[in-house]
Amino acid sequence: MKIPPPMAMLAELTHRCPLSCPYCSNPLELEQRSRELSTRDWVRVFQEAAQMGVLQLHLSGGEPASRRDLVQLVQAAQQAGLYTNLITSGIGLTKARLEELDRAGLDHVQLSLQGTDAQMADRIGGYKGGFDRKMEVAGWIGQIGFPLTLNCVLHRENLHQLPRALDMAQEMGARRIEVAIVQFYGWAMKNRDALMPTREQAREAEVIVAKAREVLKGQLMIDFVPADYHDDYPKRCMSGWGSVGLNVTPEGTVLPCHAAQTIKHLEFWSVKDRALSEVWYDSPAFNAYRGDAWMKEPCRSCERKHIDLGGCRCQALAISGDPAAADPVCIKSADHVKMMQLAQGTPGAAPAPLQYRAQPGKSPVRSDG
Amino acid sequence: MIAAGAVPKIPRGVRLHWDHIRDRWVLLVPEKTIALDQIGHAIISKIDNHADFATLVARLATKYDAPDSQIAPDVSGFIETLAARRILEVL
Repeated sequence: MKIPPPMAMLAELTHRCPLSCPYCSNPLELEQRSRELSTRDWVRVFQEAAQMGVLQLHLSGGEPASRRDLVQLVQAAQQAGLYTNLITSGIGLTKARLEELDRAGLDHVQLSLQGTDAQMADRIGGYKGGFDRKMEVAGWIGQIGFPLTLNCVLHRENLHQLPRALDMAQEMGARRIEVAIVQFYGWAMKNRDALMPTREQAREAEVIVAKAREVLKGQLMIDFVPADYHDDYPKRCMSGWGSVGLNVTPEGTVLPCHAAQTIKHLEFWSVKDRALSEVWYDSPAFNAYRGDAWMKEPCRSCERKHIDLGGCRCQALAISGDPAAADPVCIKSADHVKMMQLAQGTPGAAPAPLQYRAQPGKSPVRSDG
Repeated sequence: MIAAGAVPKIPRGVRLHWDHIRDRWVLLVPEKTIALDQIGHAIISKIDNHADFATLVARLATKYDAPDSQIAPDVSGFIETLAARRILEVL
């Protein structure tokens, strides 16, 4: 099988973040600041990425604005020829810093939205004053003229705010909105019961999005991630393992996807020891689930196997205990019933309290009781 | 069909880029990369944010030695598809 060069790289610059969202998809164990890659390391990785065919760079975290060298990193990415996207909560950005990012050549900003009012947003983000600050940052982004995508993660508690989120995206001058129903990876798994949307909510979101796409055509581009626990067929996860994108963690480990490290037997390589292209083409972790030779039944003989590629390896592990199993979202999976039960929750049970995550190296956990 | 006097524009954050690894032109846009065929590249590279639709069509007609009326629907369709996704603007 010919391995195509990667198109996109997600650089998780840091795990530090002023917010402590219950749906955070970063791993349970966060990297400490002292282990983060240096500016020089990142610059080399950006250059290597561009040389091997990466076109799009997503600067993420944690909160990438927590890195003091953010402007320098954007400048280096720009010089390497990468289309550079900043994925941020807005916290840590001042008007002056945004202007510096503008001069450094930042192409696009993706701003997260935890809720459409301060009460909801600050409760979900676990950060008082965060919403007001974010609105201020959104104003500066508009003044400078950065192309903007608003990203909202929706779940049981805030799904009713979707119509208002669509309005806010337009008020902010965003060209795009990503409406993502919460996915359960990393820390989010701890809050699965509390965040799981009801079936009615999941359907309602689909209806709202379908209508809005018609009405707002040409004004607002809507990307939608449906509630996969409620679905019958799995998502085409990462557009295929090791085929389009790669992630680099704060300390330099290169991953095929965000949650790949939950698959404990995989051997991951680091940009500290090897060239990025070597990791992409030759590392055991990247080659583990490329193509379809790894598939078992029901995927192996399935007519959809090149449509969804068997879904998500990490979800297969989390629910079925086998990363080479079918994604249990699939109706053909023996664990599909289990997924439906998890999606329904326990009828009549009291809502579970949200569990907030702590900063890297700090002991968890706050709960909202 | 786009009006003759309307001006197609490439907004900030949309960049035409030669992908030297894959030997093709691409349009780099927020969170996506769109591979361009020869025609797509020709249309995008004629958009200068000043010329109106009729002028663009005339330029392309000259380039491809075809009547304006024959290529206008295709050019319009291409631009409108991207405008619907907010990748191009038509003012």
